[in-house]
Amino acid sequence: MISNVSLPWWAWAAMGVGLVVFIAMIAMTIKRNRGMHRSLFASPYTLWMIIFTVVPVILISYYAFTDANGHFTLDNFKNFWDSHYEANKVIAAEGKRLGVDYSQYIVRGTVNWDTLVYSLWMAFQCTVICLLLGYPAALFMADRKMKLGSTLVVLFIIPMWMNFLLRTVAWMSLLEDSGLINSLLKSLGFEGVQLMYTSNTVLLGMVYNYLPFMVFPIYTVLNKMDFRLSEAAADLGCNSFQTLYKVTVPLSVPGIVSGITMVFMPSVTTFFIPRVLGGGYTMMFGDLIESKFLTEGNWNAGSALSLLMMLLILVSLSILRKVDPNGEGGGLA
Amino acid sequence: MNMKRFLLLLLVLALALPLTACQPSSDSADAPAPASGGVVNVFNWEDYIDPAVIELFEEQTGITVNYMCFTTVEDMIVQVEANPGAFDVCFPSDYIIERMKNKGMLSEINFANIPNADPANPETCQTDPYLLKPDYDPDNKYSVPYMWGTVGVLYNVEMMEKLVPEFDPENTSWSILWDERLMSNVIMMDSIRDSMGVTLKYLGYSANSTVIPELFAARDKLIEQKKLGVVKAYQVDETKDKMAAGEAAMAVMWSGDALYAIDKAGDDVELGYFIPVEGSNVWCDAAVIPTTAKNKENAEKFINFLCDPEIAALNWNYIWYSSPNMGAIELIEAGSEELELEAYEYREDTALYPTEEIKNKCEFFRDIPENYLSVYEALWMDLKNTK
Repeated sequence: MISNVSLPWWAWAAMGVGLVVFIAMIAMTIKRNRGMHRSLFASPYTLWMIIFTVVPVILISYYAFTDANGHFTLDNFKNFWDSHYEANKVIAAEGKRLGVDYSQYIVRGTVNWDTLVYSLWMAFQCTVICLLLGYPAALFMADRKMKLGSTLVVLFIIPMWMNFLLRTVAWMSLLEDSGLINSLLKSLGFEGVQLMYTSNTVLLGMVYNYLPFMVFPIYTVLNKMDFRLSEAAADLGCNSFQTLYKVTVPLSVPGIVSGITMVFMPSVTTFFIPRVLGGGYTMMFGDLIESKFLTEGNWNAGSALSLLMMLLILVSLSILRKVDPNGEGGGLA
Repeated sequence: MNMKRFLLLLLVLALALPLTACQPSSDSADAPAPASGGVVNVFNWEDYIDPAVIELFEEQTGITVNYMCFTTVEDMIVQVEANPGAFDVCFPSDYIIERMKNKGMLSEINFANIPNADPANPETCQTDPYLLKPDYDPDNKYSVPYMWGTVGVLYNVEMMEKLVPEFDPENTSWSILWDERLMSNVIMMDSIRDSMGVTLKYLGYSANSTVIPELFAARDKLIEQKKLGVVKAYQVDETKDKMAAGEAAMAVMWSGDALYAIDKAGDDVELGYFIPVEGSNVWCDAAVIPTTAKNKENAEKFINFLCDPEIAALNWNYIWYSSPNMGAIELIEAGSEELELEAYEYREDTALYPTEEIKNKCEFFRDIPENYLSVYEALWMDLKNTK
């Protein structure tokens, strides 16, 4: 077994600079406070962040703005709109070399854009479904009159103890042609149905995996809510629907915002689920980035896509921040 | 010691830990103490040798084997380039051998030290003549075949009888993968070169084509297949389990994976493997010695050892890909108590040993220049992006 790290010198330099800054920070804290200080306990986390978050982001930015030879370029971003620019150039050159007209041989370069739009659409659907399913679930769980509440919480948490890959693969053995559902249908005398490898299967996998991320922030907010407010609303003549609509929902907005963020972000960047449950039929943005890195070996284009993705998430976060400025719903937004 | 000093010391220790952990380990190869016979540093695919073979070699020669693994050939090239001297024997695939050769990374093998695979000495050479003078190493200078196989179609016997009654594995074209009776029943390979390669073969072109109109024709054919709805999924690793579970009627597959699936399916699902009449891709993993190798003679001893018929038979029984070793094949057919080998009709099994006719229609992958590869990639992305 071998695990070699062959990073360029400047990556090591970046890590070195990070370390120096880190040591300086610690030294200043100690000097300023003459002894132990609370922030000292955060130092392992700071170190962790520097090595595994800051440095990788620097690396990604470096690759995104350079070409294969390490020279500065903006092509990786320009080529977003015409992803097969290089290939089309090769084809044109080949036509010229042979003196044949190859103008009909052009590869559509819209794959990045198409995939992004598809991913956003899938993530949007996933978020809406999670909200529609998750809000009532959170309401039930937070309802103090319901004895089942805490049991429900446990039931939601238990599947999360398992690795998400395993849970996704488990769906496969339910939905396959020879899987549990189809075997049951066939034994009852029905025709089998093709449940695997459609975009709805992918959606199902995403909703299943991300639903807890919608339920728990809402549950936390509802659980902290003063239920006397809804009692007061009822006393003042609201029926139960009006209480929900006028009191409970507005008070739980921070939880909803946090839930939307926590579902939408991983949904957009989903990979693996489309491959396992979608059969590699359609790509999502995560798959595209993966194939840039692993199949094509084009780290520069892959990094540019990753950077655009991060930018997109930052923008959506800052929009959501406007709705929940105090971070009451868990502070992610 | 006052508090401040104690904390500083702790801090220094905490910082030193991750530092040592991320040191680039270029010296990973020369770690264990060499025994009397010296060392040989072997770089091979994961789980691609019978561990008993390594033990036997160490026992017989006194040479210590440092066995290291890679998961992709691209990664292997990077490792060999980044760590000169770390590897004495590597096991790349055909087109990667060509690429390494063109980069000047391979040293000529001294076949005088490898009588078991010396093409100049037919008396002792065990190598299957089919694998001598391959396209990727036409002069037999740089590589010694280790294991080989083909790309073909694994099919579910029962489902095929029902869906395509006239199907005859001996005489079937790649066009069967475009047959509308197999609606949602074909698993294609999610791999650019392999899927493009078999489609090019189907159209009568070379699997290594760099002719633009041919490549576009292959893409159009693949898009047609996707739109027809015969493709169930594009997968690689999951396919063998799917086929063993009876999930699809046909799957494009490497012969090694096909044999695994046939074995795994056992009596529940009857599976068969065939190579369509237009021919297909044949692949070969071979032993090579990098120019930077420090223990060339030990490397040659190791390669010669692997080509010993008994050892090759032992190894074959562990890996179950096609063996290039004719002596081993004879041993396998005869069976051997000493090696705990049951007799197996090796040359009757077309998945292991395709007929001459089929073999001659098969092609090795060549190292396609990078600019043409970008065209392959673009066309593949176009297929993936087709809804």
